[in-house]
Amino acid sequence: MGNYKQISSAKWHEFEGVKDGIILIYADGKQWSVPLDPDNTDYQAIQEWVAEGNTIEDAD
Amino acid sequence: MTKAAELAKMGEVLTNSQIGGRRNLVINGAMQVFQRGSATFNHNATSTANLYGLDRFQFQSANHDELEGTITQVADAPVGFTNSLKWTTTEPESSISAGESFDCCQKIEAQDLQQLAFGTSSAKKLTLRFYVKSSVTGTYGINIFKADSTARQLTSTYTISSANTWEEKTILIPADTDSSGTIANDNGEGLRITWHLGTGTSFTSANNALTWTDYADAGWAFGHAQNGVATTDNATWQLTGVQLEVGSQATPFEHRSFGEELALCQRYFWQVDGAGTEYATMGAGGMYNTSAYLGALQLPVAMRARPSFSLSDSLSSTNFSVVTGGQVRAISGITPTGDNQHLRINASVTTSGTTGHAGYIQIQSGYRAFWSAEL
Repeated sequence: MGNYKQISSAKWHEFEGVKDGIILIYADGKQWSVPLDPDNTDYQAIQEWVAEGNTIEDAD
Repeated sequence: MTKAAELAKMGEVLTNSQIGGRRNLVINGAMQVFQRGSATFNHNATSTANLYGLDRFQFQSANHDELEGTITQVADAPVGFTNSLKWTTTEPESSISAGESFDCCQKIEAQDLQQLAFGTSSAKKLTLRFYVKSSVTGTYGINIFKADSTARQLTSTYTISSANTWEEKTILIPADTDSSGTIANDNGEGLRITWHLGTGTSFTSANNALTWTDYADAGWAFGHAQNGVATTDNATWQLTGVQLEVGSQATPFEHRSFGEELALCQRYFWQVDGAGTEYATMGAGGMYNTSAYLGALQLPVAMRARPSFSLSDSLSSTNFSVVTGGQVRAISGITPTGDNQHLRINASVTTSGTTGHAGYIQIQSGYRAFWSAEL
C-alpha cells in the first residue's frame, strides 16, 4: 500500500543565508526540493519520515 | 434483443448514466501522454518502490527482493486506440512471498468525484472498462480504494484468456452508501484503481468481492491469483482505453484531444525538457546581487499542490546555467518558491554577475527540470 518516496536524508535549505521554506530530500536516487505544503505528498512523506525518528538536518 | 428490451436498456442508460459532458474520470486513459519517457523499475527487499511511466499511471511495489522491469509507451493497441502502457519484466521474482505486492494504479483527485455522492443514500454506481493484453493468462485482481477518513475498498477480478491478445474488460462497481464512504471535497486522493500484478497471500484472504468494506490488508487483492507477470522473465502486461464513468453502462471511450489530456496531466507533473539540439529556458529574471539570481516562472496550469522540484542530473558547469551579462554562468544551487502556479526561481551562480543585470535560466539539450504534485 505504500506509495511515498523513500527518503534517505532531508535537509533545510537556505537561500542567501535565510531559510526559504524548502526542504531538500534525497529519495529514490534523486534530490527533490519540497515546499512546506501539507497537500504535497512528498511533504507528507517527510512528516512520516520524521515521525519514524529521523531528523531534518540544518542547512549547510 | 427485442425492440422493447432495447428501449428499456436505453431508458436505463439515460436514467443511470452521464450521457453528456465529460464522462471519463480517468486521466490519460488512452495512454497518449508520456512526459517522463521510459522508466526502469528496480527494487530491493526493504524499500517500497513507486515509479511513474506514462502520466498518471504509477507502478507500486512493496517488499519484492528481485523484481526489475521497464515501463514504456508502445504503438500497440486495440482498434480505436494508438498507444498502450507496457510493462516488461527484466528480472523476475523467483516466487511471490506472502507480504509482497506489485501493481499499477491511478489515483483520482477527490474534488473531481463529488458527483458520486459516496457516503450517502444517493451514491452512484460506477463502470470501469479497459483493454488489457498480457503474455501470461490467468485471473488478475483489481482494487478500488477510497482513501479519505475511513479507508474503504472493494475488489474484483478479470481474466486474461488468450496470451498476447487484446481483451476488453468491464467491471460494474457498486455505490458506496455507507456513511464512512464519503469522499472529501478537496485536492487529496479520492479513489484509486489498482491492477494487481504480483501480490502475496497476506493480501488475498478477506472476501470483499464487489462489496465496499473498511480497508484491511487481507482484502487488498482478494481474488488475485496470477503472479506470473512478476515471476516470469520477459513477461509483458499492457493496458489502454481505461475509462471509469458514472452509471452501470460502459459507454464508448471518451477520446479527448492530446492538448486537453496533456493539460490535465500537467496538474500533477510538468517538465521543461531541453530536447533536441536547442537550449530550453525556465523563466526570466535578473541578478539580485552578484551571486544570486531571481527569476519568475508561471507554470502552464495550476498544479494540484505546491510542487516538488527536481533536475534530471546533478548540476555541472554547463547543463543548467544562468545567462546574464553576456556570459553563461554555472549554477551551484537552484530552488523554486511560490504557490502552485507562480514561482520564483532562486539560483546561486558560481561566477559573479552584476547586480541588476537581466538574465534567464538555460537548460542544455538532453537535460530536464521536473515539477511534481502527484497524489
